Parts: sequence; C-alpha cells; structure tokens
Amino acid sequence: MSLAAEPQDRRPFWTVARRDAAAGYLFIAPQLLGIITFVLVPLGLVFWYSLHEWNVLANSFNFVGAANYQMLLADRSLPAVLGATAIFSAGLVVFNMGLALLLAVLLDQKLKGIVVFRTLFFSPVVVSLVAWTIVWRFLLQNNGGINGLLDMIGVEGPNWLRTPTTAMISVIVVQVFKNVGLNMILFLAALQGVPKELYEAARVDGAGRFKQFRRITLPLISPTILLTSIITIVGSLQVFAQIAVLTQGGPGMSTTVLVYYLYQQAFQFHFFGYGATLSILLFVIVAVLTFAQWQLRKRVVFYEN
Amino acid sequence: MTLTSLKTSAAIAGILIPLASSGVAWAQDAVNLRMTTWSANEAHMAMLNEIAAGFKETHPNVTVSFEPLPFDSYTTTLTTQIAGGNPPDLAWILETTAADFVNSGALAPLTEAFTATEGYDIADVTEKATALWTRDGQLYAYPFSTSPFAIFVNNDLVTAAGARTPAELIAAGEWNWENAFATAKAVADGGSADGLIVRDFNYQTWQNLASIWNGWGATPWSEDGKTCAFTDQPMVDAMTRIHQAIFTDGAMPGPGEDIDFFAGNAAMTITQISRASLLPTEDAFDWDLVPLPEGPVGPYAVVGQAGVGAFANRPNTDIAVEFLAYMTNPENSRKLAQYFPPARASLLNAETLAETNPLLSAEQLENVVISGISTGTVLPGHTNFAQIQQTVRAGLDAMWVPDADVPAVLQSVCDSINPLLAR
Repeated sequence: MSLAAEPQDRRPFWTVARRDAAAGYLFIAPQLLGIITFVLVPLGLVFWYSLHEWNVLANSFNFVGAANYQMLLADRSLPAVLGATAIFSAGLVVFNMGLALLLAVLLDQKLKGIVVFRTLFFSPVVVSLVAWTIVWRFLLQNNGGINGLLDMIGVEGPNWLRTPTTAMISVIVVQVFKNVGLNMILFLAALQGVPKELYEAARVDGAGRFKQFRRITLPLISPTILLTSIITIVGSLQVFAQIAVLTQGGPGMSTTVLVYYLYQQAFQFHFFGYGATLSILLFVIVAVLTFAQWQLRKRVVFYEN
Repeated sequence: MTLTSLKTSAAIAGILIPLASSGVAWAQDAVNLRMTTWSANEAHMAMLNEIAAGFKETHPNVTVSFEPLPFDSYTTTLTTQIAGGNPPDLAWILETTAADFVNSGALAPLTEAFTATEGYDIADVTEKATALWTRDGQLYAYPFSTSPFAIFVNNDLVTAAGARTPAELIAAGEWNWENAFATAKAVADGGSADGLIVRDFNYQTWQNLASIWNGWGATPWSEDGKTCAFTDQPMVDAMTRIHQAIFTDGAMPGPGEDIDFFAGNAAMTITQISRASLLPTEDAFDWDLVPLPEGPVGPYAVVGQAGVGAFANRPNTDIAVEFLAYMTNPENSRKLAQYFPPARASLLNAETLAETNPLLSAEQLENVVISGISTGTVLPGHTNFAQIQQTVRAGLDAMWVPDADVPAVLQSVCDSINPLLAR
C-alpha cells in the first residue's frame, strides 16, 4: 500500500452528491413507506387472495389457482353489473363535467359577492358523504320531499329509488351534486389562467363569444379537462356509499355497480377469494381506462407544458 | 459506550423490566372474553353485565365484555372481524345465518359441557327451540331468544276509522287475514294514517313476510332446502294477496315509504314482542297485542330466534363455553327471559313471564307468547343465506310495482335461486 493512496481513502464519505441524494430519499421516505405499506402490499395480497378459496367461517384458505377467474368468466350476474357500472360512470362523467364547466364559466366573472356563490357551490364537497346521501334518501322517498314539492304543483312524481331508470338517475345526480364543486374549482382555476389578451385579439378579429370559447378557452384548459376526466372516471368506478345507502343495488340489479357487487361477494356472502378476483378486475379496468385517456392526451390536449 | 448512554440504558431497563414481568404475570392469569351482540339497549347491557359479574364471583380472573354492533350489518361486521383475525370469543347469531355458522365448524360444541354443568338441566331446553342450532345431535349455539311474531294494534286509529278492532274480531271468532286487511284498509282510506306494516321488511328483508305467507302454508323452499317453492300454489296465492293488499287495497304502505307504527302513524304492525319497549310513554295511544290472524290454512305462528355460540379453536374457548353454560343456566335464563322469550319449558308459563314482562297482560302472554313459542315455525333460513337472500330480493323487486305479474316474477325468482339451493 503506497503512502500516496492514504489521503484519497480518507476522502469524506458524505460528498455533496451523496448528501443530496440521502436528503432526497429521507424526504420521500415517509410517503414511500406509506405507499408500500398501504398500497403496494395490499395490492399484492389482493392478487394472492384471488388465487384462493377463502371461507372465513370455516377458517379454510385453499389454493385454487385460476378457479376464481374461471368463475368470473362464468358469472351470470357480471354482465348486468358491468352494464350498470358503465351507465353510472358515463352518466356521471358527462353530467359532472358539463355542469362543472358551466358553473365555472358562470362564476368566472368579476361581480360583487361572487365569492359567496363559489363557496356555496363548493360546500357540498366538504359535507360528510354518508350524511349527504341519507338526507337525499329522505328527499327521494316515495312520500319524501321531492315528490311533496311535485305534488304541490300537481305533478305525480315517480317512486325515485324503486324504479330502475329513476334509481340510476337519482344515484348519479346525488353523486354529481356532491362532487361537482371540486371539478368546478379546478376549471375555475384553469379559466383564470387563460391570458385575457387572447380574447381581446379574438374580439378584434371578429370572433363571437361562442367561437372564443371553442377556439381559445377549450384548447387552453384542455389539460385540466383531461385531469378532471381521469379523476372523475376513476372516482365513478369506486362509488359505494351512495349505492349502499340509497338503493342497496336495487331495484333488481339495476344499480349494482362493480364495487358494490364486490362488497356483497366478499363481506355479505363471505366469498373473499372471489371478491379479491373482482377487485383485480376493477384494477385492470381502471388501469386500462387511465392509460387510454393518457394516450388520448397527445391528440386532444394542447399547449401542455 | 459512554457513561451517559450506560446510565440511560440502565434507567430504561429499570423501567421496562418490572413492567414487562408484571405484564407477563397479568397475561397468564387474566382472561378477557368478548361477546358481540346486536343490542345496545341499556337494560339489556345492564342485565348481561350483571350475569358477567356473577360469573366473576367464581372466576375472579375472567372478565366478560359485551360489544354491541349495528343490527343492519351485524353478520357482515362479525365475519369481517373473523377475517381480520380478531374474532370475538362469543357471539349472538341470527336465525337466518344459523345454518352457516352451525355447519361451518366455526363454533365450539356445547352439549357435553352443558350436560356436565351441575344444575344445568339440559332436558328442560325444548327440542323445538334447539333444532336449528343442532348438527349431528350436538348443540352449537344456545337459542337464548325465541320470540314470536305478533301484531301490535293502535286501537285509537282503528276505532276512529269506524273499523272493527282485532280484539273485537278475535272475540267474534273472525280474526283472519281478510278481516285484518279490511281493518288496515279502513284506516288507510281515512288518509291520515297507514294500515298494516310488516316491520323491518322495507321491501328488502322479504323473509319477514313469512309472518303472513305461513298462514297460506307457503314456504320459500322445500323442507330439505334443495328445491325452490316460490312457484308452489300456496306461495303464489299468498303473494298475490299481499300484492293486492299493497297496490289495490292500499292496506299496506308501498315501497319507498318510511312509516313508523310506534310513532302513531299506522293501524297495525307485525313484529316481535320485544318491540314493546318502543311503545310511546308520552302521547301514548291505546294499544293491543294480538296473535297473527288465521290464514286460509287456519291458525299458525311464526317465531324469530337468536342463538349465542362460542368460537372454536380460540385460546379461551373452554372458558367461553363455561361462561355460556353459566349464562344460560336455569337461574340466569330467568333473568334473560325479561327481554328474550326463553327456550326452557319450565319458564314458559304465564306466571314466570308476567313477572318479567310488566307491559303485557296475562292474556297477551298466554295467547301470543306461550302459544306462539310452542306452535311457531322459525323464519326461513338456509346455508349461504346471504347470497340467496340478495338474489331473491333482486328478483322480488319486480313484484313491488302496481301492475306486476306475480306468478311470472315468482318463476324468475325460482330460476335464479335454484342453482344456489342445489349446491
């Protein structure tokens, strides 16, 4: 060993680069740990459970390979469940995004007291979901508040939660009113980020209000539209409390969406293995949809940074 | 190691070691048993705690705690606890899920322990009451409550509508479903109150309709549970009559309506006698309790049951079974009988029941409770009941509309549950 090598070996371990890296890892450690413990490990376990027949009462946990997945393919209720899920998601996304954008445009004005209206439309977002839904259940009862109001103007309202079509509409509307404020705020922020000069220039060029909206506003807020549509679709696939409180999946199977069906299989019928299989299906559907939307952004989203 | 850190370690050890050893000693001696219930009623809890305190006198190291869970999601919560590796030591079990629990092997056998307990007198417990909870001659849960379905009547509403009260109909020997529906319809026609409510049915818990359809001799499935019987003539007739009572006569409130008999908003309600505790004390109305009316097949009775079992293969299963034997011995059964109609023949007399049910008259006890328990059929149950229940519920939804084709709906119910029953 040469003497010259000595000082080199004594170079401090904590170089600037290493120190920076360590600090970085330390900063993300809490979040990473949380994700591993509460997201990745459970996800792995769900997949593991889906390969088993797990009877809680009999305390049996047997490896069955792909049997649960074969059951999934043969499940006669599944088409109806997926159909209800698709109708719910489509209805929710269209109604929610449309209403949120409309409200955002209306609230994007310099008026006295506009903040009050913004707060008002946002407030349902912070209300407890179950409390909100229970109040709506009372309103939607056959002898409830909404039919009472309709009765006063001489209209006989339908039995909202007991007819397949109106039950689905009710569940969608209750969910939209609850969460539309969140998308509205995101749209509002995006609208306020659109440079005002563009509108001025467009006006000078003779573009009307609608043309301005279509040619300037929409393209410029398209990244926000993409984001909110992803959030809304993913959220709509995970709806549970509203169904549990309002309809319990009925009448018939008309509002039995995938998450509610999964809950029934696992927690009511005690087929935990099959429930896990259904949640894998849900995971795949969400992943595919999100991926597709992400791909779509290249074609429809402009001016992305 | 520096002196400071040595001192710190010594101090920590000084605190932890005695704590740890005392903890170990504590864990060896003390036994904590947990029992889940679906009643959070203060009076029920006080009585159960009194029984637990009595057990502690002979077993000073055993503490029994009671954990009330919401009734609506009781079985779901219980199985979730089991799935999570944290089952209770003892649990109340509903009659509808009895088959699931009894057949699963989840519960500890009780017969031997009960027989060996001094003064238990297992022969006193009627076979009719234990049938649902027995497999291969072995008892797996004790039916601590056998509660008949009966009709509570608001005589004020019935009289105001100018209809005949059930008591008058009974006296005239005309207490049958046609007249019961007529009385309900008369009150409902008045417009200020509803007719007859099957409590907790809510167009979801269809098994509660057994309190009506049993009068037609109808059952949801065959005796062995293998074949659907919704399409059999008695069921078709009973359901047709119920449908007519709801949608043609308006004698029963329709789906999606929340009406409470005990708030004075309906003429009659079918429910279990334990609901007497809901009768209003302020603004009270003149009420009566009568047995179910006669159906086309004559007089009949329906009972709901609740069992209590101990989970097998738990660290404290033996002591849990011992506690169960104590809780259901003759002396404590008498205490339980205050709220839960007993399964012991020796307690099934008007005298004992009158002591413990001050709200009910001797006549009501004799006609409703005692005769109901001795002749009643238990609500329908089945292995894998939750799935069958949901499937039937989804099928029957098509029937709860004014222009439903009742036989066709019942046929579709059978089509969808036959594969489940055959399993």
